[in-house]
Amino acid sequence: MTESLAPMLPLAAAMPPGMLLMLAAIPVVFLPRTISNIVMLLLPIIGLAQLLALPIGYTDTVAIFDYTLEVTRVDALSRVFGIVFHLAAFMGILYALHVKDRMQAAAALIYVGSAIAAVFAGDLITLFVWWELTALSSVFLIWASRTESALRAGQRYLIIQVTSGLLLLLGAILLHAESGSIVFEHIGLESAGGWFVFMAFGIKACFPLLHGWMKDSYPEATITGTVFLSGFTTKLAIYALARGFAGTEILIPIGATMTAFPIFFAVIENDLRRVLAYSLNNQLGYMVVGIGIGTELALNGAVAHVFAHVIYKALLFMSMGAVLLRVGTVKGSELGGLYKSMPWTTVFCIIGAASISAFPLTSGFVTKSMILTAAADGHYLIPFLILLFASAGVFHHSGIKIPFFAFFAHDRGFRVKEAPLNMLAAMAIAAFFCIGIGVFPGILYKILPYPVEYVPYTTSHVVQMLQLLLFSALAFTFLMKTKLYPPELRSVVLDVDWVWRKLLPEAWSRVAEVWLMGQIAFLSTANKARLRVLDFTSAHLSPWSRLGEPWPTGATAMWAAMLLLAYLYLAFQNLATRPPG
Amino acid sequence: MTDAVTVHHAATEALSFRDHLPALQVLLPLMGAPLCFLLRKAALVSFFTVAISFACLAISLTLLGQTMGGEILIYEFGSWPRPFGIEYRVDITNSFVLVVISLVAAVVFAAGPGQARRSIPVGREYLFYSAALLCLTGLLGVTITGDVFNVFVFMEISSLSSYILIALGRERRALMAAFTYLIMGTIGATFLLIGIGLMYQMTGTLNMVDMAVRLQAVSDTRTILVAVAFVIVGISTKLAVFPLHQWLPNAYSEAPPIVSAFLAATATKVAYYLLLRFTLGLFGAALIFDQIGIDILLMPLSVLAMFVGSIAAIYQTDFKRILAYSSIAQIGYMTLGLSLATEAGVAAGLIHLFNHALMKGGLFMVAACVMWRMGSTHIDVMRGLGQRMPITMAAFVAAGLALVGVPGTAGFVSKWALVTAALENEAFFIAFLIMASSVLAVVYIWRLVEIVYFSEPETDFEVKEAPLRMLIPTWTLAGMTIWFGLFSGFSVEVAEAAAKQLFVGLAGAGA
Repeated sequence: MTESLAPMLPLAAAMPPGMLLMLAAIPVVFLPRTISNIVMLLLPIIGLAQLLALPIGYTDTVAIFDYTLEVTRVDALSRVFGIVFHLAAFMGILYALHVKDRMQAAAALIYVGSAIAAVFAGDLITLFVWWELTALSSVFLIWASRTESALRAGQRYLIIQVTSGLLLLLGAILLHAESGSIVFEHIGLESAGGWFVFMAFGIKACFPLLHGWMKDSYPEATITGTVFLSGFTTKLAIYALARGFAGTEILIPIGATMTAFPIFFAVIENDLRRVLAYSLNNQLGYMVVGIGIGTELALNGAVAHVFAHVIYKALLFMSMGAVLLRVGTVKGSELGGLYKSMPWTTVFCIIGAASISAFPLTSGFVTKSMILTAAADGHYLIPFLILLFASAGVFHHSGIKIPFFAFFAHDRGFRVKEAPLNMLAAMAIAAFFCIGIGVFPGILYKILPYPVEYVPYTTSHVVQMLQLLLFSALAFTFLMKTKLYPPELRSVVLDVDWVWRKLLPEAWSRVAEVWLMGQIAFLSTANKARLRVLDFTSAHLSPWSRLGEPWPTGATAMWAAMLLLAYLYLAFQNLATRPPG
Repeated sequence: MTDAVTVHHAATEALSFRDHLPALQVLLPLMGAPLCFLLRKAALVSFFTVAISFACLAISLTLLGQTMGGEILIYEFGSWPRPFGIEYRVDITNSFVLVVISLVAAVVFAAGPGQARRSIPVGREYLFYSAALLCLTGLLGVTITGDVFNVFVFMEISSLSSYILIALGRERRALMAAFTYLIMGTIGATFLLIGIGLMYQMTGTLNMVDMAVRLQAVSDTRTILVAVAFVIVGISTKLAVFPLHQWLPNAYSEAPPIVSAFLAATATKVAYYLLLRFTLGLFGAALIFDQIGIDILLMPLSVLAMFVGSIAAIYQTDFKRILAYSSIAQIGYMTLGLSLATEAGVAAGLIHLFNHALMKGGLFMVAACVMWRMGSTHIDVMRGLGQRMPITMAAFVAAGLALVGVPGTAGFVSKWALVTAALENEAFFIAFLIMASSVLAVVYIWRLVEIVYFSEPETDFEVKEAPLRMLIPTWTLAGMTIWFGLFSGFSVEVAEAAAKQLFVGLAGAGA
């Protein structure tokens, strides 16, 4: 493929990948809708062709200040991300084709383009620029809901995302001060700058305790906006971690925590899009663990999992978006029986759910098992067990809960139309990839950064996974049959392991109590400190105070005299201490 | 440096038109001011003023082109060689500042008197223009001259004319503001004059280069130490360095916005140039930093200015006052650059001088547009203006982002240069403070953005977009903040070369 596209190289080298999408955002707003729709659909295809025409090892630099910025760097790692981002962009654009709001389209194009460009940034400054642009452009996808809560959520989102960017910049400057280089290669945690960059990536990657922004903002975005959002921001962070912090051991416990803790929230959450946001966080955990292990197999697994994940997560968000569009709600307690009126959406959702649960013959299986195997090979027993537990949990809340409550369960009597054609087409493409990668994993394995010797379909892998899934399904059925799982009650979903039914509530309430107490203590201290600062500044700097209000000239003249004295003191003091002559 | 510098003595060779450019730079607006009285008609005078300011811009650009390579132009008035005559001395530093002044003047004057027109009786507009031209004369003169007493004279010309311009403001408070500025400006000028007097006493010359050479021999006398203190405090008053900043918010917010746009972008910049010229050029870095250590005082004052200015701006309820307080903070960044006592620091100060002139000029032009349509710049009248004056407000966002220092804008270039300069000194805490104070700028700019774009207008009367005559200058400045953010080569290169030349000092530069 690369060879056949070689003659296009000069054309492809004209601008960094992703730039075309960003530039197209302007004409798309002004062109008539039909034409701009065609243009938008062509953009990711042209972008992908451009990317494939650039050979591995290609770089492009721009000189600015005294620095040489490497605006484009194509290598195996960035190329996989570039490919899947273009795929996701195509599906997202197709899915959003019916939306009349041109601002959303433009914001989405800039967002997608800057995320792609960020992946190909060869140095930290270029990365920072695109990093911030993804934040600035994506917030419009949230604001496009045009509700009060979306406005607030968007503002919170923006503050956190921009903070991440500033941390990145600070880290980059510190790293530059230490080593004199801003090249974006392995960074590690040996230096202070490294820690800042780590935190910047951590915020976007939804590390535990830094994850709040995602479940806060993603469900507030528009139907189509969420599909875009789910694809890029966090995965960009995963890419950055994979490049900068591969093999950093601390990522293993962080990632393991990420896989486990969102499950509890997802289980008790009623808003199905929010459930998906939690499960997104959980999926990121697998990738972070893979990066933390840092072996070739683990990194391959993490990258492959990103590839599969972007597609099936988009598929799930798309199916829930279709439900939201047609029914007007995605509350689990209010939905049910939609399989009759939305059969295609149901089928696609089940495929997505099977993929995220890692059923054999779906994309999730061939990628997730790589990470699990890498953890087992590295003798990381506890992380391995947590990942296993989390796999069961995922099946429960994403694999069963979502399709079950939305499309089956009690028939609530909704008789709505099937999703629009463009949405169905986008879902069909995603479903095709979910199955395709699951059946022919070799195609995906071929583009991974390291050579793959891994065989997914061994008896032990398949049996292990099927056991896990069947046991999980059994538990669900058992709970349903014994009426311990009443869907009428705002979807109280208990977790797979029945032991946890007894232990969890108590333990959880205890943990929550302590957490709440700590939070209250922290907030009240923080609030006191904040009030103190506000009191101080408003007492001294507001227009009705000493420093804020212009002083009479006499006072200023006095200050001039004081300053004169200060300078004289400085001059004469040094004169006095100097040896004579 | 003595090896590579070519000093071009205009007077000793046959003079062509080109050689007279340094003189014309100042004489053109100086002669233009009384000519306004002869022309009288508002439209004619306005055209004439704009033409003169563009001619000044062309001259300053030519001068910058001639001095870019490190060359120094000397122009002796009446061919009287120093120490008998007055000479103009153009090097890369002051030609850079000349470009800033004349650029802002050309752009802002093109917008006309704006709201100031309403306080001028019909038929008396020429007075506004002649005051503006005199102010321009003074600012250019201070910058170009190579004679310290001449500095004082031109500074008085610019100050007196700016008092007139400020007093043209709408409210009666403008008179009070102009009066306060007059008192403070006079105190500053007097301090400077005392300093110059002391220096003259010890060196017997007023020519900058001669003085710098002779100062070296007497640099540790008490007289010179006292002179240093007087000169620095005098210029600090003009520059509005914290805590001598209190005249600035009133003067800039009560003056007609057009005048604020011009003064905010030029007057303090000239004062900063003077500070550099006197400290580094005349006294020399060795005396200022190694011997006295003014950075011990200047650095905390700069940092305080950054925070006091920004926090005070957050609490203001008037757009122009927000901008005025923000100026105090921005001046803090510039003096912080000097207090780092390195070439990189001074270069950062000069880069910010250039960039801040563009963005503050642009923002005050936005204020002028708002004032023109709404009759006030109180933040309440700006509610929902994003829909009613979209082009003006887009310029506000562009220049506002630059003020915050978002990448891709000129402000980022300044901050980056300043932070790298601080890190070069291993002043990590200072670098952190620069970042932290930028966050404060986010607060006051974002507060306005929220008001402009996300709140409903208070009144429902029709508001039109600002007239084209004001929009073009506004966008010229706002556009340049973006342009010089993306293509920072010009400003950075010139500022770095200028900083290098400044650190050599006038005594070292010879001639």
